[in-house]
Amino acid sequence: MSLSAKDKLAVKTFFGKVAPKVEDIGREALARTLFVYPQTKTYFSHWADLSPSSPQVKKHGLTVLNGVLSAVELIDDLKGGLLTLSELHAFMLRVDPANFKIINHNLLVVFAMMFPDDFTPEVHVSVDKFLAQVSLALAEKYR
Amino acid sequence: MVEWTEFERATIQDIFTNMNYDVVGQQSLARCLIVYPWTQRYFGKFGNLYNAAAIMGNPMVAAHGKVVLRGLEKAAKNMDNIKATYADLSVLHSEKLHVDPDNFRLLGDCLTVVVAAQLGAAFTPEAQAAFQKFLAVAISSLRRQYH
Repeated sequence: MSLSAKDKLAVKTFFGKVAPKVEDIGREALARTLFVYPQTKTYFSHWADLSPSSPQVKKHGLTVLNGVLSAVELIDDLKGGLLTLSELHAFMLRVDPANFKIINHNLLVVFAMMFPDDFTPEVHVSVDKFLAQVSLALAEKYR
Repeated sequence: MVEWTEFERATIQDIFTNMNYDVVGQQSLARCLIVYPWTQRYFGKFGNLYNAAAIMGNPMVAAHGKVVLRGLEKAAKNMDNIKATYADLSVLHSEKLHVDPDNFRLLGDCLTVVVAAQLGAAFTPEAQAAFQKFLAVAISSLRRQYH
């Protein structure tokens, strides 16, 4: 399910609107991941506060969404462009790749909440495909 | 048996009481057919599903979206007995409609996105958790009679 030219354009346009709100959206998406899917908290046992209002959640949400935004720039070669990030996730963080689907779902929910008019079904399918490709690229070095 | 907190019960009642079934039904099913095009396999008799615009404007999609939501409303009105409430529906989906149960999750995800768009900030993480738990129970009950 690779990205067509239409998908890439939809993704670039939509994430252009996401970029100014990267902090809010990143925090919301991560907060929901931790809250709605409590098993994801196991990766953050070293944080004091895992609630939606936690400063660590805010900071890390920003880190994650900035990573996604950087992937938009690398959309023509995700596997190559995300090689270093893949190594980080594979060898250091060792996040089970099943969790990429979880955070992707919560990104979609927050996009729908914050951009009800822009997040049309056509944009939704392109963004969903893109996030799936990003997840694949991140999982590249796992084994 | 599923345990529901007061908050979860209130949240589910709230969402369904305030829902515009015409809008949410049409939007959820249409979105599912667009975002996961292989789900169109079950709607061969629905006429023109060739592109997103056609799907969004298709009156059979709109009507059927509402049917699906009315089905979910039944579960919302019988939260302590969803399994029994859905026994016949489960047999229907398995024996007559032959729907791959994985599709229930796909439609559920699209419904979550549509409800999120409708409620905006009111769709708090707590509300999302309650809604997704409800959908998971409904889906599990719908899968129950498959063999």
